Formats: sequence, C-alpha cells, structure tokens
Amino acid sequence: MELPELRPLWLSLQLAASATAVLLVLGTPLAWWLSGTRSRLKPVIEAVTALPLVLPPTVLGFYLLLLMSPRSWLGGLWVEVTDTTLTFSFTGLLIASVVYSLPFMVQPLQAAFESLGRGPLEAAAALRASPLDAFLTVAAPLSLRGFLTAAVLTFAHTIGEFGVVLMVGGNIPGKTRVISIAIYEHVETLRYAEAHTLAAGLLLFAFVVLVFVYVFNRRLPVHVA
Amino acid sequence: MSPDGDAMGIAGAAGSGSAASPELEARLEVDVQVAFGGFDLQVEQAIPAAGVTAVFGPSGSGKTTLLRSLLGFESGSRGRIALNGDVWLDSEAGVDVPPHRRPVGCTFQDGQLFPHLDVAGNLRYADRRSVGASAVSITHGDVVDTLDLEPLLDRRPHTLSGGERQRAALGRALLSRPRLLLLDEPLSALDRRRKAEIMPYLLALHPRFGIPTLYVSHAVDEVALLADRVLVLADGRAQAFGGTVEVLEQLDLAPLTERFQAAAVLVATVSAHDDEYRLTWLDLDGQRLSVPRIEHLAVGESARLLVRSRDVSLATERPSPTSIRNVLSGVLVSLHQDELTAFAEATVDLGSHRVRARITRASAAELGLATGSPVFALLKSVSLDTRAGRSTEPEWRETRHS
Repeated sequence: MELPELRPLWLSLQLAASATAVLLVLGTPLAWWLSGTRSRLKPVIEAVTALPLVLPPTVLGFYLLLLMSPRSWLGGLWVEVTDTTLTFSFTGLLIASVVYSLPFMVQPLQAAFESLGRGPLEAAAALRASPLDAFLTVAAPLSLRGFLTAAVLTFAHTIGEFGVVLMVGGNIPGKTRVISIAIYEHVETLRYAEAHTLAAGLLLFAFVVLVFVYVFNRRLPVHVA
Repeated sequence: MSPDGDAMGIAGAAGSGSAASPELEARLEVDVQVAFGGFDLQVEQAIPAAGVTAVFGPSGSGKTTLLRSLLGFESGSRGRIALNGDVWLDSEAGVDVPPHRRPVGCTFQDGQLFPHLDVAGNLRYADRRSVGASAVSITHGDVVDTLDLEPLLDRRPHTLSGGERQRAALGRALLSRPRLLLLDEPLSALDRRRKAEIMPYLLALHPRFGIPTLYVSHAVDEVALLADRVLVLADGRAQAFGGTVEVLEQLDLAPLTERFQAAAVLVATVSAHDDEYRLTWLDLDGQRLSVPRIEHLAVGESARLLVRSRDVSLATERPSPTSIRNVLSGVLVSLHQDELTAFAEATVDLGSHRVRARITRASAAELGLATGSPVFALLKSVSLDTRAGRSTEPEWRETRHS
C-alpha cells in the first residue's frame, strides 16, 4: 500500500496551532473585557463574537474572500506591503481561521472569568495588586480549566473547518490544502483508500486528544469560590 | 479605687494598653454618598485614626457598602474620603484613587483566601507587594507568631476550618502593611465555639500592631468587647458616634438589634483578689462586684464587663440572701414597654454607668416600677474582657456566676 500524502495533515496541525496561539493572545483580553464590563456595547460585541457560530461557513468565507481580495483595502494593503496576495495563502487561511474560531476561544474564557466573581480580584486589589497583576496572578491561574477548554475547542474546530478554507484558500498543495480539503478531493476522485487513511487518522487523532484533555482536566484542581 | 467615675475613660479599660495616645491629626474623614438600586448611603463622620472603631448596625444598614467605598470598590461613590490628609476620594476635584493604591488592608466575611495558593503563598502575596511600598513595619514572623499561623502555612484554604481561614485572612491583611485595617464581620460566618477561638486573636491584634481598625459587626457583644468607639449605622445614615460605653448606654438599640442582644458595658477597677474562693473583687463607683478570678489583672487595673439585658433582674428592695452575688443599687431612669410582647426594657443609672434589664411587663407592674424610683439590679451573668493580650485560652468568657 502506498503511503498517502501527509502534507495536508501537517498543514492542518500548523494552521490549528497558529490559530490557537493567535486567539489566546487576542481572545483573552476580549473575554476579560466582556466578563467585567458594564458597557452598553457589551451585547453588540457579544453578538459579533458569536456570529461565526451561526453563519454558514460559506457566508463567512465569502465575505472574508471579498475582504482579502487585492481589490479591497485590506487585501490591497497586504499586496503593497508583502508583494503577495492574502487570498489562497497560508496567512489568509490563518486570518480566516481566527475569525471562524473566535467564539470557541472567547466564550469558554468569558464563562470562566465570570464564574470567578469579583471576590478574588477585590482581595488582590486590597493587597495592592494592580489590575494586570491581579489578572496574571489570580484570575488566570484560577481559570486554568477555562483556558484548557478554550484552547482545545479552538484547535479542534480549526482542524475541522472546511467551508471557509475552501472559499478563502482553495486547494493548493503544501500551501492551503489542509486535511479536510484533501479528504474531500480524494473522495471526489474516487480514491477511497487514501481518503480512508486520512479520515481514520484524523478520527484517531481527535479521539486521543480529547481523552488526554479529559484526563488532564480531571487532575486539575477545581477552585470553588 | 476610683469611685469618682472617671473609669468611663475607655482607654483605661485596656488591660495591657491599646495603642499610643492618638495624634490629633490622625483621622479618617468620611463624607460619602453611595446610591445604587433603591439603597443610598450618606455618611459624614470624622473618625480618629487610632484604636478600634466599630461600624455597627443591622444587616442592610450600609456597613459593608461604607467599607467597600473606603476600599474603592464602590464606583458610584461621591464625596470625600481622606486618611490623615491623604485624599482617596474627592469627586469634586476628580480624585478617585484606585483600590490597589489605597493603603487599606481588609478581611472579607468569607475570608477570600486565594484557593490556588497555600496559606504561606497567600501571606507572601501580600508581603511581596507591600514590603517596599509601605512605611508600616510589620514582619512576616510577627504575624505568623501573633496569629499562630505556623501549623497552617502549607495548608490549602479549602482544608482550613472557618476560624483558621479568618486567622489566615487576618494575617494576610496585616502583611499588606496597611495604614487602616478594615474587618468585615470576621466572626459572622462562625459558630459560637469558633468565635470564642478567634476572639483572643482579634483582641490581641490592635495592641500588638497598633493599626487603626474599623470593625464591622452587627453583634453587640463583639462591639462591646473590641471597640473603643462605635459608629452606628441604620438605613444608610450615621445614627450615633462616640465611645463604646456611652453609645451602648445611651442609644436605644432595640430597633437596631434583636432585643436579646441589648447590653451595657461596665468599666470596673480590680480592688482585690480572693484566693480562697478564687474570686476577683471589682469596684464600680463604690459598689462591689465579684467575678471568677482574673489571673492577669493586678489590683488597680481596669476590667471591662459586658452585661446583657437578658441577664439582669430588678428588685425594689435589696434582696435577702440569694445565690446571685452581684447586686447593684441605682435609679430607674427609663422603662420601655413593648405592648406587642410580654417584655419591657428598663434602664438603671448606677452613677457613671447604666445597665439595662429585660423584664416582663407583668413584673414591672407588680413591682410598681416608675422612673426615678430606686431599684436594685441583679446581675445573673457578666462577660469579661480583660484585654491581656495574647494567650492560648480565650480571654473573654461568660460566667454564670451564682
């Protein structure tokens, strides 16, 4: 039996890891702000954050495609600065994945932060901890489970995306052909054996990751307020 | 003996001495308004920044809101707050110092220890952030020692009892080296036994570290034993402010407390010890009282006694021999009848002190009690606060002394 091409798998893992890393950086402050704000803008921002959950991936992909096309302001700027197009590139895929997986990072984190209540942070403030200090030394360690859940959901959701990738990235081997696209193409061209190998591999991978997460999650201490 | 009545001076009540004499300028100026929901708090009071001041009132009276406002947690606070001239809040001038820059230490009703750190970690959290930032000199060793925290250091908060948790929280608050210590009902979550366990530590705190303290409580006995002065709050307004003895004496506490809580504080001088019967004789404006032997007070020192109104009976004549040892003569100055119940509350003037008695209305009628008439107050039990600093035994104890 011929070894199937593994590059799509590798690309998917790279994409998911990058998207998760970017979202940890961007999603954490957003979730923190949402958990504490009394701004009237909060429901609007929450709705925008949740949009990728309810929109068909093709709708999201379509608008992202328009946004990244060299004729739009963003796509045009990108071409000027980097001399490459954003569409049909790994960077374009990454931006699309970040938007697409945003709620999977923000919502678990926001829930974790909200469940802390104001007590621990007020205690920290009374001990002279600045807000950033209190976040890093109290809120974050107490929200470890929230971070784990958010990271795993984001990672898994990015691995599994299909519609958005197809719209924005197309199917360029080694650049934008991620595992879900590769499987789709194998099926389209009736190469079921190769489709099988990739699909089963992905299934096993997802299962192992989830088991690992649940085991790890059980070992994390629960901090009851 | 000091029958001339200057035993009223509260500072003299502290056996081992409270802090050094208050400086004239050391004070906490409070003039705040906080409004949220249907509740509004308006308090204007200058409080000497020395000793222990109780913030006393029923639940819902605004005690905790006032505390949170001092801490900077009530963002709707208007007005002015300043400690010794350092302005923390001045809404007219646009000053609102954020909580982490106010040199206040506090404990919360539920302790609020950080659950992801052990007790040592919690102490270190406070220690590290205040060690260079505060002029108050308190060392880790002092705190651990005074509060007996050594055996708790490597324990996680969820493994501690309620009392241990409060002790650790007190230690953490002290290690933030505050210029003002706010204690929000540290005993409210504890049962009677645990309260008695913590009380000696609370009593030791101020004499040991000398940090001006606001002690929030709705329990008269805690206030009477711990506080040098009392700010009474009700419905978001200051109702009274003054020395503990005077406030508890003069104020009609009935609407503020449950009736059985009403109590009076007596400051008496030790006049002799009786080795045979293990008693200590006290002098109260020329009248004699005896209580179980107070070991650590010498003759001439003052002891503070808490007398609950439910523990006082009245008689119109000095009773013939009875097992009740403490009978004080005085004049009935007021008699409040509560028409809805069987009870009346009588106030008896003893000279420089007053006690309250909770008697039935039927007895009041049968005795023919009227204001101005001489009466005898029979004390069935008194609690002692001897303020003798730290010891392993709880230092205030109720004695049913017959």
